[in-house]
Amino acid sequence: MTAVTSKPVVRRAEMPDNVRVTLPRVLRSEWSKFWSLRSSYFTLGGMVLAMVGLGGLFSAVTANRYPLMTHVEQLRLDPAQVSLRGYAIAQLVIGVLGVLVVTGEYGTGMIRSSLVGAPRRWPVLVAKAAVFAVITLVVTEIAAFAAFFVGQAFLDGQHIGTTLGADGVLRAVVGTGLYLTVVGLIGTGIGFVIRSTAGSVATVFGLLLVLPVLGEALPSDWGDKINPYLPSNAGQQLLVVHPDAAATLSPWGGFAVFCGYALAALLIGGYLLRRRDA
Amino acid sequence: MHPTGVIEVNGVTKRYGTRVAVDDLSFTVSPGAVTGFLGPNGAGKSTTMRMIVGLDRPTAGEVLVNGRHYAEHAAPLREVGALLEAKAVHTGRSAYHHLLAMALTHGIPRRRVEEVIDLVGLQEVARKRVGGFSLGMGQRLGVAAALLGDPATLILDEPVNGLDPEGVRWIRTLLRSLAAEGRTVFVSSHLMSEMALTADHLIVIGKGRLIANASVAEVTAIGRSVRVRAQEAARLRDLLVGPDVTVDAVEPGVLQVNGLDSSAIGRVACEHSIALDELTPITASLEEAFMDLTKDAVEFREAS
Repeated sequence: MTAVTSKPVVRRAEMPDNVRVTLPRVLRSEWSKFWSLRSSYFTLGGMVLAMVGLGGLFSAVTANRYPLMTHVEQLRLDPAQVSLRGYAIAQLVIGVLGVLVVTGEYGTGMIRSSLVGAPRRWPVLVAKAAVFAVITLVVTEIAAFAAFFVGQAFLDGQHIGTTLGADGVLRAVVGTGLYLTVVGLIGTGIGFVIRSTAGSVATVFGLLLVLPVLGEALPSDWGDKINPYLPSNAGQQLLVVHPDAAATLSPWGGFAVFCGYALAALLIGGYLLRRRDA
Repeated sequence: MHPTGVIEVNGVTKRYGTRVAVDDLSFTVSPGAVTGFLGPNGAGKSTTMRMIVGLDRPTAGEVLVNGRHYAEHAAPLREVGALLEAKAVHTGRSAYHHLLAMALTHGIPRRRVEEVIDLVGLQEVARKRVGGFSLGMGQRLGVAAALLGDPATLILDEPVNGLDPEGVRWIRTLLRSLAAEGRTVFVSSHLMSEMALTADHLIVIGKGRLIANASVAEVTAIGRSVRVRAQEAARLRDLLVGPDVTVDAVEPGVLQVNGLDSSAIGRVACEHSIALDELTPITASLEEAFMDLTKDAVEFREAS
């Protein structure tokens, strides 16, 4: 332990006059917080690895098996979606990261420091969500494009690759980053509602992965009306390269519904953040 | 113009479900002195401190700092610096980045972050992750965070917890010098002996209620009594007893008098020609005074 001497406290003359809380400053604080945790780098790195690694792997395997496929299978093959398939794992990683941005603070007690620093509380939620959304969007878009190009390189070996210019492909690639970002934001909102990591993670994946399975069990006259609006069903419309014209929700319509879920989670989280003791 | 840090607790009640943590509590903490906040465990000290910085919302009443709710200040960290009992640091972040994140919310310069790190003696470990810190290092980081905004008011919940003797002495000196600079210093503790050395004023609570709000000297006086031995103890007893004076016969010929000092007793005895065999002032320690004050407040609730 360092020896401590009792120096006099530096008096306030040295503090600038404009010291006060503003939203841009809380944003800067959250930005600094995000990048000063090792887990942020590991998680984002893991997400990129899942996207690019699995996209490449699926594409390589598909290219390899292509000559052995039936003609129907060959016709059904969607090269863009094969290369982006890593999103299924990436959404787990990003969902957990979105939750941890909040519950990591509740678990350690850091939230008390955050709320003492910005006691109106709303700025903390807004800044956390905004910083997380910007960083995640940039990194997931990079990962989606990388996965696409790596995957197409493998598929081109069998001359079955596609290009960004092909119908619906650019939307699916860009949409993968958008979808993943909103998955993370749902996690952030639920993190503020539930506050524990385990409970929040379970809830996020219950909503995204379990609800659609339960929806399948509904009688079809109900299911047809409800299932398209379930969070992940709606959000994943954006990942479809050749949308079914008869589908209830268009790609962007589905994504808008998905964003609505994220907004709802954040609003409920914000309401509870204001009301509850920390 | 820098704010003057007055803490006003006005009729505050805090309930958690059916449990009453703080019960219609009112007091004021003034600048320029160290005010000790004392009470047995579970008395409501931490809850009260959390309400001062807006972490908990009072069920009734209000807590004001410098005339406003904590959250209504433009620069809350300039008003109040708080070291709360429970840890409030992400274990994965370094001490430097923890303080920087707090400073950034207010636009407090990085230079001030370095300053408070030096002030609490964490230079060598500032870039290490807080998860590996000892309890004492964690407390020093908490003190650094509290001083970050160079606040007019400091609230410290059990600051000497986990500190080595040198650290305890350091905190004591720090608190005294902060108060000498004209700041409001409000420190909770369950260690009476520590408060006797540090505090000027004491606020004592038990079961969430105010028990005493007085100077250290006054609280000590509560336990002050005089032991008197005389042949005519019974006659002396009748002469001494009064509205503010209690006299107990502790053993035949020996009285314990509360509410009169030894010279007053001696004078009464002289006027009535009663010979005294012994006249001994007994000064209770602050510890005993505290036990006396809070003994009702620590009784098990099940018993009531």
